[in-house]
Amino acid sequence: MEVNEQIAIDHGLKKEEYKKICDLLKRVPNLTELGIFSAMWNEHCSYKSSRLHLKKLPTSGKKVIQGPGENAGVIDIEDGDAIVFKIESHNHPSFIEPYQGAATGVGGIMRDVFTMGARPIANLNSIHFGSSQHKKTKNLLRGVVHGIGGYGNCMGVPTIAGQTSFDSSYNGNILVNAMTLGLVKKNKIFYSKAAGLNKPVIYVGSKTGRDGIHGASMASASFDEKIEEKKPTVQVGDPFTEKLLLEACLELMAGDSIIAIQDMGAAGLTSSSIEMASKGNLGIELNLNKVPCRESKMTPYEIMLSESQERMLIVLENGKEDLAKKIFDKWDLDFAVIGKTTNSKNIELFYDEKQVASIPINTLVENSPMYDRKWKKTKLPKKNLIKKEDLKKFKIKEVLNKILSNPNVCSKEWIWQQYDHTVMGDTIQKPGGDSGVVRVHGTNKAVAATVDSSAIYCWAHPLTGGKQVVCESWRNLISVGATPIAITNCLNFGSPEKEENMGEFVECVKGIGEACEYLKFPVVSGNVSFYNQTKEIGIKPTPSIGGVGLIKDYKQMITMDFKEINNLVLIVGKTEGHLDQSLFARNILNEKNGPPPEINLFNEKNNGETILQLIKKNLVRSAHDVSIGGIITAVSKMCIKGNKGIEFNKPKYFISEIEYLFCEDQGRYVIEIEPKNLKKVISILGENSVHFDELGRIIDKNMIINQKTKVTIDELKSYNTNWLSEYMN
Amino acid sequence: MKSAVITFPGSNCDRDMHVALNKFGFKNQMVWHNDNELPKSDLVVLPGGFSYGDYLRCGSMASKSKIMQSVINFAKSGGLVMGICNGFQILVESGLVPGVLLRNKYLEFICKNVFVKIDNKDNPYFKNLDKDVFEFHIAHNEGNYFCTNDQLKEMQDNNQVAIYYCNDNGKIEEKFNPNGSLKNIAGIFNKEKNVLGMMPHPERMIDKSLSGEDGSLFFKNLINNIR
Repeated sequence: MEVNEQIAIDHGLKKEEYKKICDLLKRVPNLTELGIFSAMWNEHCSYKSSRLHLKKLPTSGKKVIQGPGENAGVIDIEDGDAIVFKIESHNHPSFIEPYQGAATGVGGIMRDVFTMGARPIANLNSIHFGSSQHKKTKNLLRGVVHGIGGYGNCMGVPTIAGQTSFDSSYNGNILVNAMTLGLVKKNKIFYSKAAGLNKPVIYVGSKTGRDGIHGASMASASFDEKIEEKKPTVQVGDPFTEKLLLEACLELMAGDSIIAIQDMGAAGLTSSSIEMASKGNLGIELNLNKVPCRESKMTPYEIMLSESQERMLIVLENGKEDLAKKIFDKWDLDFAVIGKTTNSKNIELFYDEKQVASIPINTLVENSPMYDRKWKKTKLPKKNLIKKEDLKKFKIKEVLNKILSNPNVCSKEWIWQQYDHTVMGDTIQKPGGDSGVVRVHGTNKAVAATVDSSAIYCWAHPLTGGKQVVCESWRNLISVGATPIAITNCLNFGSPEKEENMGEFVECVKGIGEACEYLKFPVVSGNVSFYNQTKEIGIKPTPSIGGVGLIKDYKQMITMDFKEINNLVLIVGKTEGHLDQSLFARNILNEKNGPPPEINLFNEKNNGETILQLIKKNLVRSAHDVSIGGIITAVSKMCIKGNKGIEFNKPKYFISEIEYLFCEDQGRYVIEIEPKNLKKVISILGENSVHFDELGRIIDKNMIINQKTKVTIDELKSYNTNWLSEYMN
Repeated sequence: MKSAVITFPGSNCDRDMHVALNKFGFKNQMVWHNDNELPKSDLVVLPGGFSYGDYLRCGSMASKSKIMQSVINFAKSGGLVMGICNGFQILVESGLVPGVLLRNKYLEFICKNVFVKIDNKDNPYFKNLDKDVFEFHIAHNEGNYFCTNDQLKEMQDNNQVAIYYCNDNGKIEEKFNPNGSLKNIAGIFNKEKNVLGMMPHPERMIDKSLSGEDGSLFFKNLINNIR
């Protein structure tokens, strides 16, 4: 087939981009070459709309071993140990085919991590669905949860934390973001940079089939009514093969045979081979007849663009082929020498002894398009004037019931019970806490991880929202006693070609950058997912932040359940009564306008570090950050988990009781301390100029809010635990 | 005391079991499914996981592994063989214990703590335990035990039911049954009581920082019984 402009457009390329290809090649590409360009130049692989802005994020720090640009980021956790981690989206495929889409999302991110030599030790996920009333939501949720579980459970990697939200802006575009942490010795990290000439290029893993062809291009486009036709672009996962691949790769990695290794993720053989060669400033030659294929008569085009799962490409040291083959044979996996590194600086493909493609690698990578898209700033909305009298009519108990049973607040046990969260025998904080925590096997250390997003705040004011998500991640780590180290981000947005959406992206990234810089909480890996849009309607801007922290002595880990009757409960951080964009304002007052709560990075850092100081001095028995739903929601969860009640002190209100209990001011934590330590705690808070209030005292079985309002723990439980399981059954 | 844990392709609780056995005094050895011979062992464990991806039927392909012939011979000569979760499924498929394990009643994977009641302590696994109700942990998709009425009667007559799902007081009722198992059965013996298959994972409960410590009681007692 002769390539022309229309065919290029059908491949998702723009007119100008096609012209650029012809200029760079000084000729018209053939179909295989066009396919390769379209795969490398789509938004998903090239970051053409986002690169300019991502460059501004802080990505280095004392603990950073590897920042963005590799398969995953790597941080130092001392004693020669390192954590490899990354989050990635699988939004488009999960909407089309929820089980396989979510499953292969989990499989893909685990491969990114073990490609670097790390054994995956924890999975997390951030999943977002349309309104609970929407006809597709239930099936999508069930399919996604089954898919995540189906893959992660079979791999034997615990799923230790996650986030689930419902919002009508996801009705036509759900989000599935999967995150994996792996453990590796600092001196045994593997990279994707090829080196040396005439080194054998090895293909291992599953055979190549026709599934997932153009998956990355599909993920770089908006949806329309013909979306069902995209089903064949969704990959099919086989976690069993991936488990074998994991064990085989780690076995090979124990030796010194590997020069470079790269998993075949988005754009399959194309991007993996080009990335390795590009990083090594080399050429690469592949004989496509040698690629193990599942189906007969696959063309070079199909072989290069297939996104079949569970495959890896390795550049080996010369002479190590037999040793490597033996390991892959043992694990019943395909192994084939399919090419070699060259000094041509081209990717050259052969099929039936004919050259079927030859492209200078720099045209695919360095010369890929980069856009400075137009974007529109979002002004900070005006504050709503909520009259104190209007708030008086609400009965606290009724409001509390509505808030605790809200789909975005209620217990997600129905979901995480379907994930194996205890395999590997090191999970010391299960899902449902502020962060999941796993021990570093055989040591006293533990790693905490959390994944967060706040689409409502980001939608109301992207700059503030961007900062807020980072701060929330930081707080969730601190609440379990972990020192925050670094983050990975998954940036889910609408179309970059629309100024509003691009503006949301630019300003969220700016906010993320500012917060990361201030908190010394750098970004070490991540991914961008644009075009989460159906026809003209895009999702609310949803950056998901995956934070990782270290607990040096796992016995100092903190959980949120109230521990002991008569202990005192403090609220650390200032409560000023900000209701706009709170769950209360949006769901009870039905007021959707106004600014999100302000972020004060100084207070955020100071409050968090002070809490950590208290924890390290063993002065904190339980802790929980205050997020959506305010103080009373945070405290309710601590009561439910600890099966204990609380008697609130009569507060010195400068604001109304409703504002006090439900407002969403940032930078706050609820902590439980022993009465005998009160003085010590107050003096440490004072030394650090941290504001606090004495919130109440732990009692048996009841939450006594004021003289008129009492809620039993059983009532709290019924408000919070039933919604999701009843909805799903 | 020597133990052996078999690794099948897709096993994923093999390391956890290895850690647990060593922690409580066993000298454990990992054995590859494709080996012919078992090393000299006082206990052989078939660990949890997804052997052969659970393809065809859970445990079915693993039951035909090379090493299984030695395991079967070892069991028939009276050796102790314990199958946990997927290991239980392999035992069922290899005919070492009766019945089958179906998909969970609500068609969903379940990972949580459960209580189980030990019915019969006249065996090397549970002898000398000083309580009857244990908090264990389950993580499975196919743990719904089923057998024919005749098989059930025979098992009951022989005291072959090892543990039942129950509540914290040891009450065995349908509402404490997490997966639809016949009669709340969570684990069973062979006739001779040297082979034990059960869905719960004692190896995940060996430390108070984990889901609990009842697994520690089980393993400590087990090694003392074997000594």
